[in-house]
Amino acid sequence: MLTFMNNSDSEEEPCNERTSLMSAESPPVPSYQDGLQASEAGEAQAHRKRRTGSSRSPNNVADGDMSDSSVPVRESASENEEEELTLKYGAKHVIMLFVPVTLCMIVVVATIKSVRFYTEKNGQLIYTPFSEDTPSVGQRLLNSVLNTIIMISVIVVMTVFLVLLYKYRCYKFIHGWLILSSLMLLFLFTYIYLGEVLKTYNVAMDYPTLFLVIWNFGAVGMICIHWKGPLQLQQAYLIMISALMALVFIKYLPEWSAWVILGAISIYDLMAVLCPKGPLRMLVETAQERNEPIFPALIYSSAMMWTVGMAKPDTAARGPSQQTWDAAEDGRENHRNPSHADSRMSEARGPVPTRPITSFEELEEEERGVKLGLGDFIFYSVLVGKAAATASGDWNTTLACFVAILIGLCLTLLLLAVFKKALPALPISITFGLVFYFSTDNLVRPFMDTLASHQLYI
Amino acid sequence: ARERERGVPLFPRAFFWLVSLLLASLIWFISVQLSDRENAKLQYGLLVFGAAVSVLLQEAFRFAYFKLLKKADEGLAMISEDGRSPISLRQMAYVSGLSFGIISGAFSFVNVLADSVGPGTVGIHGDSPYYFITSAFLTMALVLLHTFWGVIFFDACERRRYWCLGLVVASHLLASGL
Repeated sequence: MLTFMNNSDSEEEPCNERTSLMSAESPPVPSYQDGLQASEAGEAQAHRKRRTGSSRSPNNVADGDMSDSSVPVRESASENEEEELTLKYGAKHVIMLFVPVTLCMIVVVATIKSVRFYTEKNGQLIYTPFSEDTPSVGQRLLNSVLNTIIMISVIVVMTVFLVLLYKYRCYKFIHGWLILSSLMLLFLFTYIYLGEVLKTYNVAMDYPTLFLVIWNFGAVGMICIHWKGPLQLQQAYLIMISALMALVFIKYLPEWSAWVILGAISIYDLMAVLCPKGPLRMLVETAQERNEPIFPALIYSSAMMWTVGMAKPDTAARGPSQQTWDAAEDGRENHRNPSHADSRMSEARGPVPTRPITSFEELEEEERGVKLGLGDFIFYSVLVGKAAATASGDWNTTLACFVAILIGLCLTLLLLAVFKKALPALPISITFGLVFYFSTDNLVRPFMDTLASHQLYI
Repeated sequence: ARERERGVPLFPRAFFWLVSLLLASLIWFISVQLSDRENAKLQYGLLVFGAAVSVLLQEAFRFAYFKLLKKADEGLAMISEDGRSPISLRQMAYVSGLSFGIISGAFSFVNVLADSVGPGTVGIHGDSPYYFITSAFLTMALVLLHTFWGVIFFDACERRRYWCLGLVVASHLLASGL
């Protein structure tokens, strides 16, 4: 088991980058005039339903569709309507993110409760070398803190390494790394998971069938995540690998270390995303400067399809991807009439003549959905899974942690709508989750138990 | 999407209930620690006291949530296109009452449910054998009650009929006390 775990160090890397939550709109980059114009056009088209046309910043007069005289008048109205749209988008995004997070947690909790493999202690990861079987409390605490320090430093080193690679454009290396790690996740971990589930339910399965099933599952997963695929299938696969990773964490992290690690990683997330020199922030900023999407294997995106190539200067290539995008949009947002989306694209073609069209496409696409890093999924599920596994109050604690995490996510999305730049999704939710876990386990549980035994309902 | 948007207030409401439960259990826990452990009657009395405190706290949080929703509603109404808010107050009252009910029902009942799946006989120590089914019915009744209380409460706050508020609180206490 320990040798197997050595190979999984490539997994640590994807987990770390997946901890930023990005806003739906990229901020206008002043050095990139077309980008600015395109974002103006895009946002204006979004509000087309309300008014005939105006722009956010009064100094953008080169737009063919805008009328200069109406700009100052519309300013105040536009801001209010933008707020309302923000709120409306906010509510929609909240729902769009609630569902996958809930699904991931449900999968993890269901597995923990039924398959006993994941709650047995069978050794530890190489990253947490200090054992927690020591007799004294102080020693145990010390060991868990040391474990945490080692784990966090590993994560920091990997993150910095990845950012350096990205900065120096070693794309092939990064892609190879990501492919290798998702390969391992999809095949090896799924094999183990499936094996354990079959063992629990005492279902016999022969090796050829198993091989076929896992091969199909893994191959389709690789294609979906790293290349093109239906959006919902991609989302489903991302949820599955997050759940698998979370299960691995729950199994192999010792008790106290897990809680301390959760706390420490939310602090790290806060620093890495908000500090000017933080690695995650640099990653996001570099990606936005170059107007490239961040690797699809690291981010869960709620409402868009990724185009593969980075630069597609001819309109011919733009045509089919546009259609697919329109189709996706039509499918997803049925409260907007499809003609509106079509007219939006055709009008938008006007102000942005020839140059980087993919950037405009991506800017428009980014308006529609919210992106959540996969590391966030993983750590939320780790929290809820640990609550389900170790709490003696069973379901009450799990429910409380679940609600706390979702509320934290709500608040983070609200802040995102206000600030409009990349925000760390972990700190608020994990703090709420931890507070609720410990308090529910120690305080609420005896209360509710005695109430229930006397059948006294509050 | 419209229907789903209406469900969004569900979760903050559950959160408020959880916080109130947390505070109430904190108070109960402290009182239990401070008091005498042996006396069963005292323990029961403390339990009742804890339950009453939690009821009061729940109502307080319901009120706080109402204020919050009112503010958000006003904000939405101001900037929406036809002057009205997209979610009517009655729907919000319904959703919030429902979510209160769901979370309190879930909390009260889910452990019993989990135990019921496992092995064992009900009432083997001389208690009533109908424990599970009565628990189920009581929980259902409580969820409905919470929903109704939510609606009445919001309506009463809207029209400033404070005696309605008192009625709700009193009936909550009464229902718990039975």
